Amino acid sequence: MHSSNMMLSSTKVVAAHLSLHNISKVFPGRTSPVDKLLRRTSKPFVAIADIDLEVLPNTFVSIIGPSGCGKSTLLNIIAGLSQPTTGAITINGQLVSAPGPDRGVIFQNYALMPWMTVAENIQFAVETVYPSMAIAQRQSIVQDYIGLVGLRGAETKHPHELSGGMKQRVGIARALAINPQILLMDEPFGALDALTRGFLQDEIERIWEQERKSVILITHSIEEALLLSDRIVMMTRGPAAHIAQVLDVPFPRPRRREELDQYPGYHTLKAAMEQHLSYETRVVEESRILK
Amino acid sequence: MTNEVLRFAKPKARLFMLNTDQRAFLLFFVILLVFLGLWELGANLKLFLPIMPSASQTMIDFWFWISNPFFDNGPNDQGIGLLLLTSLRRVLGGFAIGSAIAIPLGVLIGLSPVVSRAVDPFIQILRPVSPLAWLPLGLALMRDSEKTALFVIAITSIWPTLNNTKFGVSNVDPAYLNVARTLGASRWRTITKVILPAAAPSIVSGLRISLGIAWLVIVAAEILLSGGIGYFVWNEWNNLKITSIITAILIVGLVGLLMDRLFGLLQHWVSFGQRS
Repeated sequence: MHSSNMMLSSTKVVAAHLSLHNISKVFPGRTSPVDKLLRRTSKPFVAIADIDLEVLPNTFVSIIGPSGCGKSTLLNIIAGLSQPTTGAITINGQLVSAPGPDRGVIFQNYALMPWMTVAENIQFAVETVYPSMAIAQRQSIVQDYIGLVGLRGAETKHPHELSGGMKQRVGIARALAINPQILLMDEPFGALDALTRGFLQDEIERIWEQERKSVILITHSIEEALLLSDRIVMMTRGPAAHIAQVLDVPFPRPRRREELDQYPGYHTLKAAMEQHLSYETRVVEESRILK
Repeated sequence: MTNEVLRFAKPKARLFMLNTDQRAFLLFFVILLVFLGLWELGANLKLFLPIMPSASQTMIDFWFWISNPFFDNGPNDQGIGLLLLTSLRRVLGGFAIGSAIAIPLGVLIGLSPVVSRAVDPFIQILRPVSPLAWLPLGLALMRDSEKTALFVIAITSIWPTLNNTKFGVSNVDPAYLNVARTLGASRWRTITKVILPAAAPSIVSGLRISLGIAWLVIVAAEILLSGGIGYFVWNEWNNLKITSIITAILIVGLVGLLMDRLFGLLQHWVSFGQRS
């Protein structure tokens, strides 16, 4: 069924090793003489500071932290949509500084083009990344990924005819269809209801078993991180958010949501995350009240 | 017992079970009849000035004009269809020229904040000017009423389209642009495949406004130039044929409505569930 994408995967996928070296992001404040004259100066804001992270090939890494800790800023920097103030990103030792199809991005708000059908949205991505590919091969890739995410029969629908869960499945198919080395997911299920979210998490687990890639998932759901990840990166609150701790999740795969809490160490990991996140969140909330 | 209760809960049976549309149409019809009736009555009782024709006379003349729209007895005696075709040709020609300038320029200033700011003073000064103010300039430059009409209509059509195109292009959802960037799409591909389709509802609504204003302006412009439905209105005033003027007013209104509806369909077609 997935003959062509399997072929594509086996010919193209190289194990990608992503490294973040000393990444910081400072949003400049208003300090010019004009701003001073108009009394609208503001201080520079250090969003994230000194992030060092190694994402080994074919591992699933989740980044979790209190809201406003710069998780999305970090993901945007990895995607190349935003430039770090200091530091560098390398993939297999190669410096990357611009967006590119070696990294597939799944957006929280789906970001589907409303004037394109399901198939056209995916085809747009494939066409952009592989402009010289034969049309027949392109179409079979589109069909394969529509099948992979379970949207066969909805190819000619426009996004406004789809539910949130279906939209995000199109987003997932679009990101996978270009065969990226690394998949970046920015709270992909944040806008979905709990049942749909659970269903899509299971889908991601299933798809990842079929197409292993390096994945970075931004989330604030502890269960989601534990179900999907090999490693969980816990971040501190901002400003100057940094990595507090990295947890290894040694559960065997394929994992099943129902059995998750029976794996040894599950409760210890969960408790550690709960403690860290609730502490950070409490401090964030208190500081907001004092402001 | 339940049935007993429900029997009283039934809605009152109306004599005329009409839905909203039907009632609105009925009311429309009543208003029309009352208006025509008062007009006819007033004319017969000589309540108006003697120049004012009766409703029945106007309807007879209206029928004369629309039953034989394409006769041609020289430039001052043409059927209403030929006159309309002249005006439509000028409006659509001028509108095409104006749009061909406004859309690319709008895309350019929508994409570049620098160009936008640099060009803005010109636009802001020229936009509020009545298109008819350009007419003498057109005559001086072109020395031809046909070309002057195109010139005036082209200028009329530029502003709403330009403004809406700029707005649509500069307000494309950044999420779509981020998708294009993460895929490594070229600038050209981003413009043609993402920015233009995303801005299409705005652009079409600008075109719709432009065409509406062009149709308003052509009548006034033709009164000053020659030929077309506007010239006809002025000519019939000189002949003191009020019925022809009323006929022309109704037909200009109908054609304007028709063109607006066509653009409404186009607007719906490019929206695809987006709020436009």
